[in-house]
Amino acid sequence: MKKALGIIGIFLAIFVFASLYGENFLSGINLMQLTQRTALYSVLALGAALVIVTGGIDLSIGSVVCLAGIMTPWLLVECEWSPWLAISTVLALSALIGLCHGLLITRLRLQPFLVTLCGLLLYRGIARWMTGDQTQGFMGEFDGVRKLATGRIAIPGIENFLLPATVIPAAILLIVIGLFYSRTVWGRWLLATGRNESAARYSGIPTAWLITLSYVGCSLLAGFGGMLFIFDISSAQPSDFGNFYELYAIAAAVLGGCSLRGGEISVIGVLFGAATLQVLRTTIILVGLSSQLEFAVIGAVLLIGVAADELIRRYFARRLERMSRRPEQPSPIASGT
Amino acid sequence: MHADRPVFLRVRGVGRRYAGVTALAGIDADVRGGEVLAIVGENGAGKSTLLKILSGVVQPSEGSLYVADDAGGLQPVLLDGVRDATKAGIALVHQELNLAENLDVAGSIFLGREPSRFGLLDRGRMRADARKWLARVGLEIDPGTLCGTLPIAQRQLVEIAKALSTESRVLILDEPTSSLTTRETERLLEIIDDLRRAGVAVVFVSHHLDEVMRIADRVIVLRDGRKTGELARGEYDRATVERLMVGRDIAASTRRGVGAEAPVRLELSGLVSAHRRQVPVSFAVRAGEIVGLAGLVGAGRTEVLEAIAGVAPHLGSVRLDGRELEDGAPARVRRGVAIVPEDRARNGLFLEDSVGVNMSLAWIDRTSRSRLVDSRGEPGLVDRMIARMQLRPPQPSRRVQTLSGGNQQKSVIGRWLAVDPAVLLLDEPTRGVDVGARAEIHAEVRRLAAAGSAVVFASSELEEVLLLADRIIVMHDGAVAGEIAAHEATEVAIMRLATGGAVQGLRA
Repeated sequence: MKKALGIIGIFLAIFVFASLYGENFLSGINLMQLTQRTALYSVLALGAALVIVTGGIDLSIGSVVCLAGIMTPWLLVECEWSPWLAISTVLALSALIGLCHGLLITRLRLQPFLVTLCGLLLYRGIARWMTGDQTQGFMGEFDGVRKLATGRIAIPGIENFLLPATVIPAAILLIVIGLFYSRTVWGRWLLATGRNESAARYSGIPTAWLITLSYVGCSLLAGFGGMLFIFDISSAQPSDFGNFYELYAIAAAVLGGCSLRGGEISVIGVLFGAATLQVLRTTIILVGLSSQLEFAVIGAVLLIGVAADELIRRYFARRLERMSRRPEQPSPIASGT
Repeated sequence: MHADRPVFLRVRGVGRRYAGVTALAGIDADVRGGEVLAIVGENGAGKSTLLKILSGVVQPSEGSLYVADDAGGLQPVLLDGVRDATKAGIALVHQELNLAENLDVAGSIFLGREPSRFGLLDRGRMRADARKWLARVGLEIDPGTLCGTLPIAQRQLVEIAKALSTESRVLILDEPTSSLTTRETERLLEIIDDLRRAGVAVVFVSHHLDEVMRIADRVIVLRDGRKTGELARGEYDRATVERLMVGRDIAASTRRGVGAEAPVRLELSGLVSAHRRQVPVSFAVRAGEIVGLAGLVGAGRTEVLEAIAGVAPHLGSVRLDGRELEDGAPARVRRGVAIVPEDRARNGLFLEDSVGVNMSLAWIDRTSRSRLVDSRGEPGLVDRMIARMQLRPPQPSRRVQTLSGGNQQKSVIGRWLAVDPAVLLLDEPTRGVDVGARAEIHAEVRRLAAAGSAVVFASSELEEVLLLADRIIVMHDGAVAGEIAAHEATEVAIMRLATGGAVQGLRA
């Protein structure tokens, strides 16, 4: 929770700024849209966080989003599979992709950056080839399954705002992943592996297996996220669907307090990281800046955010060091070397 | 006899302190042209510190260095950095080879001082010059060969050629034979002999006393940072040098070992670590027995321990209670094989985490029934381990980073006590640990053995080996050089085995 305070502060600052200067920022329709997109992107960001905890990275998230998202309507409409078969196939394929990443990284000892960079190229290429680069969509059918992303839930007592259904899977994932790291043996082992992989190995922790599991989780969430995205927007082009989504996911995770060195995670922080990026995107448009500036603004905010975080962390680390030194001095008999 | 040889480098009263700890004190030495000066001593005797001072890497905290000028007069110098030493004609060849693998031989010899013409690299001249220096070390290879493709022994010679090419008069070789085979060592000793005849002053540091005996004109023996003797050829023999290296008398071990009725717990046969060229190692450890692995740095002790623990892959078999152990550390930890690694900051501790987390991580999967854990680890069990290891301060929430070396080590050892390991492996169990904590760690290890565990530890300190072990296995050069029961062991006997004394003929 402490790790998330910084990003919550940044989020509130931008939120207040946008409410004051952005036209219609506080309108129900805009807030619904923001909630929807935050939920969608936080699924991807949680996946990115899983591998960042191990000190790794996954650049293929956007392409997995594309492959899974394109395959879902393709299997349903072109191949006429039943919804449940199509969904489980797409999720299984996503997990398999993650398994390949994990095995290449832990068994063959390839660098995560390289493995997933190749994945980025590979999966998008496959998606485009498979569909002949044609736009894929649901053709107005399958509204039942699409409810997972398009559904809106009325909250009693609140008007003008319906809660997007996507919030439910996103919240479940958030809680499950949060509990996994704070309450389970494997979660604790993964955090330890991210902190010091070598020490974890010497402690008998099955590091290779756990790291592989993290990559499976990341790709599975990317595939699931891709499915939610396509349910939401109903049709997409294989050539640009999911482009740069890995960067939104990684940026959200890092803003949310996941150190790229590994060993740190805060699911609340990741949620607010994803929310901050979405609020920022909307704000740019609402305050009348050119949408072409979107990437530049996000880049600048991200840079300022991580620099501030690092400086604050260093300040507290120094203070902690001074404080922990002091009490040991007065009793030389009671302390060791 | 050596009075007619010119002094190139004079050392007077040189000492060095690190953070109040004396690493070296009051060293006098003359390094003469046409002479091989050997420096020997136990691990930690101060050899590396002396070499670093001579080569300008560190500056002495006291004393002075003098270098001969062109007229042969000795001038005081300050060697501030390797550049200064190079200018003074002193070159160090490191124990770890420093050649850039992607450069060719000529390029690495002249790295940073490449000959040029009109600002362009003069490749032709560089190769011709390289060939000249390579000839001086008897190396007939194409200067265009990539260093990465050369065998270790040839890289060593390229390093020496590089050192000579800076017009150095004093050549310092730090453990030059540590990674060479017998024949390659032979060849290197011949080349050193040639250099000596050509008037170069060679300073030779080696763990292998037999090499020193063959090549040195004079031997300087260091112990605990001081010079305990300087002997000229003809004045020294192996026994004298060994006595000067070891020096002190140590109370004999009180441990008598376990009887043959104790069951064998750990059994190695034909163990070869994948991390090191090694002769297969076989030995067995009985329940309640503490085996000490003695030997010099690089003898292969760490590799043996890491192979047993499963953190390094290996050939050969490791059995526990008669049953083969599966590969990999996780499987072995589950069977009760625990390791306390040598470099605790790197391989032992999660420095940013609390004592509680550090102590409980390795076994939380076994104590927590549901695979769910309390956020504080297992408070009750951790508290008991902290009390048993006498950790100070006894706070489970304390960040391990802020603890002293002794308490950090106790928390690594304490991690394993909770699960009563069948085999406890300790690599340098008390390195960087103060005297009080050391005694407590030793007591805990003995208690564990008394409870039926098999204990194997490696230590570079003979005193610790003699104090703690029932049985001592001495390693030399990746092989078991011999085995001594603790109550019969002496430091000199161990040192002889460790320096290759009892295996004459096997090496050089």
